[in-house]
Amino acid sequence: MTATDPRSQVPAIPSSSPSRADQPPTSSRGRKRPGSARSTVLTVTIWTCVAYFLLPLVWLVIASTKNNSDLFSSFGFWVGRSFSLWDNLVTLFTQQDGAFLLWSLNTLVYSLTSAFGAAFLATAAGYGFAIYKFPGGKAIFSGILGSIMIPATALAIPTYLLFAGAGITNTPFAVILPSLVSPFGVFLMRVYAADSIPVSLLEAARIDGAGEYRIFFQVSLRLLGPGIVTVFLFALVSTWNNYFLPLIMLSDPKLFPLTVGLAQLQAASEGGGGAEALFSTVITGSLVSIVPLIIAFLYLQRYWQSGLATGGVKE
Amino acid sequence: MSVTTVRHVRHGSKQKQNLVAYSFILPFVIVFLAMLLVPLVYSAYLSLFRTQLVGGRNFVWFANYGRALTDSLFLTGVGRMALFLVIQVPVMLGLALFFALALDSGHVRGARFARLAIFVPHAVPGVVAALMWGYLYGKNFGPIAQAFTALGLRPPNLLSNGNVIGATMNIVTWEWIGYNMVILYAALRSIPPELYEAARIDGAGQIRIAWSIKIPSIRSALLLTVIFSIIGSFQLFNEPKLLYVLAPNAIGSSFSPNLYAYNLAFTNQDVNYAAAIAFLLGFVIMIVSYVMQLSAERRARRAA
Repeated sequence: MTATDPRSQVPAIPSSSPSRADQPPTSSRGRKRPGSARSTVLTVTIWTCVAYFLLPLVWLVIASTKNNSDLFSSFGFWVGRSFSLWDNLVTLFTQQDGAFLLWSLNTLVYSLTSAFGAAFLATAAGYGFAIYKFPGGKAIFSGILGSIMIPATALAIPTYLLFAGAGITNTPFAVILPSLVSPFGVFLMRVYAADSIPVSLLEAARIDGAGEYRIFFQVSLRLLGPGIVTVFLFALVSTWNNYFLPLIMLSDPKLFPLTVGLAQLQAASEGGGGAEALFSTVITGSLVSIVPLIIAFLYLQRYWQSGLATGGVKE
Repeated sequence: MSVTTVRHVRHGSKQKQNLVAYSFILPFVIVFLAMLLVPLVYSAYLSLFRTQLVGGRNFVWFANYGRALTDSLFLTGVGRMALFLVIQVPVMLGLALFFALALDSGHVRGARFARLAIFVPHAVPGVVAALMWGYLYGKNFGPIAQAFTALGLRPPNLLSNGNVIGATMNIVTWEWIGYNMVILYAALRSIPPELYEAARIDGAGQIRIAWSIKIPSIRSALLLTVIFSIIGSFQLFNEPKLLYVLAPNAIGSSFSPNLYAYNLAFTNQDVNYAAAIAFLLGFVIMIVSYVMQLSAERRARRAA
């Protein structure tokens, strides 16, 4: 299942159909909308607002091409005297013996592991809730759903103490284990499984003598593909962006993910003390750390749209 | 496959199927219990004790909660989050709704690109967003200060005691408008067009249609964004933690209840009190979300 054509495979949200939402409005739903209906006032308003969302990122890109003195001496939205992007990148990747590369790899390892685990657990559970009726099923599901209300950060302190007791703070497990729980993922997969797996197909497989697990792995898993990718992406992004959990769990800078590492760099640069060059390093580091995420988001937009749509439409 | 085997499988299968079902949900439930329920219960347990250098750990019933309810640092933090709730959340959701309606109306040129551009900030990690805005606000090389200086004006201190809450609200708004807009936009797209084709033929304008047909139809999506925003704003941590470096006096140790709990646990080493604060915060979030849900339901019933 690749990202190339999820459109034909997103039956989970029949009413919201993100593929349709993606087409230009004139052709959507076959509604006729004459070009003259385009409003100049509305267009100008929206595009002015778009500037608010993009300008900070534009600034970040421009600022990362400047050296430290250009940052102070040139206007933020205009280039400096020298083009220092390359120098900044070299400084970024060589400071503290290549710590930035290590942080990037840590982030990659933590978020990929968590996302795989979370997607697997949520898929199995969501499938179980959607396909089978069993005693206690409804109660357990509402319990899981209700837990979305619990502030994740309120759990972090007791989790830290429990992990400290078990001796696993300051290890990758301390970041990965709590990230495996995705109640929203279970909810999403239940909705998805209920919509995309026809009961008749299951019945037919059973009559053919296939066991329930074989049906799951050989029949259902394929139909669940786009839903799994959505849950995977959500878990990936939330671990990638997590700051609080690794901040309290990890003390060894070699284990830091990008978020904690960058925050530490920023604190060091503000602290000054002859480390002035760090401003441009922090800025370049910020840019480097968001580029892969933005590319992934744009490339896989149908998946996150379908995920958010399921949450919003199905209540 | 003979008929008898099929019947056999079906007959004895209810109990077996239950076991299969449990086995599907079991892995998640185990991790859920271990990573969510156990810490929650442990936190509740911790919050009932007090640890002192002399005398060790003592059971003090609800003394930590009593202390929190009279702790001006905690109460001010909750008050600040309440301010978020009444200012930042409505502004953010209002704008998200406006964008969603505008992009859905088909009256905007380049709507597809605009939608992506509005969403892109959500792909930026909260830490990086806070860091970047910190620089944008800054008086050293922030473009806002530069623009003021260029015009011959004194640049404002955007991170002063009075301004820092607005500065934080702006960062959160920038990050989350797109996320909420996508939820609302998806809900708008799911409204069957027949619902308002008739109104259009009757000559109802876009604003009228949006107000009387579109907004009521996406009520459940709106409620979802409200609940998520409540949970999110009460949990504020990344932004004040990062801005603290730039404006230590304006942020302090207790800008948000979460930051306060963090500092209590890891700077003051008072985990018992920190647990009580975190628990109380969760309680506040649950109550506010519940009240919001209830009032929305009542309004829906009255409208029906």
